[in-house]
Amino acid sequence: MADQAQFAELAMEHMGSLYSAALRMTRNPSDAEDLVQETYLKAYRAFGSFKEGTNLKAWLYRILTNTFINSYRARKRRPEQTDIDDVEDLYLYRRLGGLEAVSAGRSAEEEVLEHFTESDVKEAVEALPEQFRLAVLLADVEGFSYKEIADILDIPIGTVMSRLHRGRKALQKTLHEFGMERGLVTPAVDAP
Amino acid sequence: MSKPDKGGDCDEALRTLYYFLDGELTEERRRAIQHHLDECSPCLEAFDFEAELKMAIARCCRDQVPDGLRQRVAEVLAKASDPPPKLV
Repeated sequence: MADQAQFAELAMEHMGSLYSAALRMTRNPSDAEDLVQETYLKAYRAFGSFKEGTNLKAWLYRILTNTFINSYRARKRRPEQTDIDDVEDLYLYRRLGGLEAVSAGRSAEEEVLEHFTESDVKEAVEALPEQFRLAVLLADVEGFSYKEIADILDIPIGTVMSRLHRGRKALQKTLHEFGMERGLVTPAVDAP
Repeated sequence: MSKPDKGGDCDEALRTLYYFLDGELTEERRRAIQHHLDECSPCLEAFDFEAELKMAIARCCRDQVPDGLRQRVAEVLAKASDPPPKLV
């Protein structure tokens, strides 16, 4: 059993990532602060049930996610619809023309980041339907394994994989639209 | 007849691209994909692009904890750890 006195020492270091995730979830700094505060308080009170030696960060994320789902999200019961069935794999890559970048001696990283600003990426993540957004945040931003994400969200691993797959497609489509709006992405010949 | 053709290897690599990047493949399959990437520059490029995009998303989604939040949480926890007031 974990000792409450140890809690602050162990848990405070995760505040940066919890706050960032809370901000993507609530899309509002003041709600994000409240969500983080509530998460720490709940975690502190429940710390006796945390098994020492298991993943504290994943445990905190589980509390954060549950608190968000139960208290902060819009009270929508129906899943949000997104039009991603027509989005093929490697959507962005195929439109940004990776081959040219390599022949011009630019790195893939330069290639990716010259088409979008940091706030475009944040906005595109925040624009994802909630279920997809949580999966993408947990996998791509926090680097949790599929198994950990399944435990945090209380869903089967197959569902994690399908939400991630669909979430990434939707994200790429939105990023492409932002890039086009800014004129940083030029329409490809074969783009619809 | 049963010789694996290059197209099939590429299809297999692209199908497992995200499992590879997410670190979810078994060591054996990871090695097989890595071997294919060493030989196939179009696949390698697609993998690099997706890997960089994944890292860019992670980097762009890091926010500074606002001044005062750490303090606020510390105070809330300190308050929660106070023994309840004696009634008598």
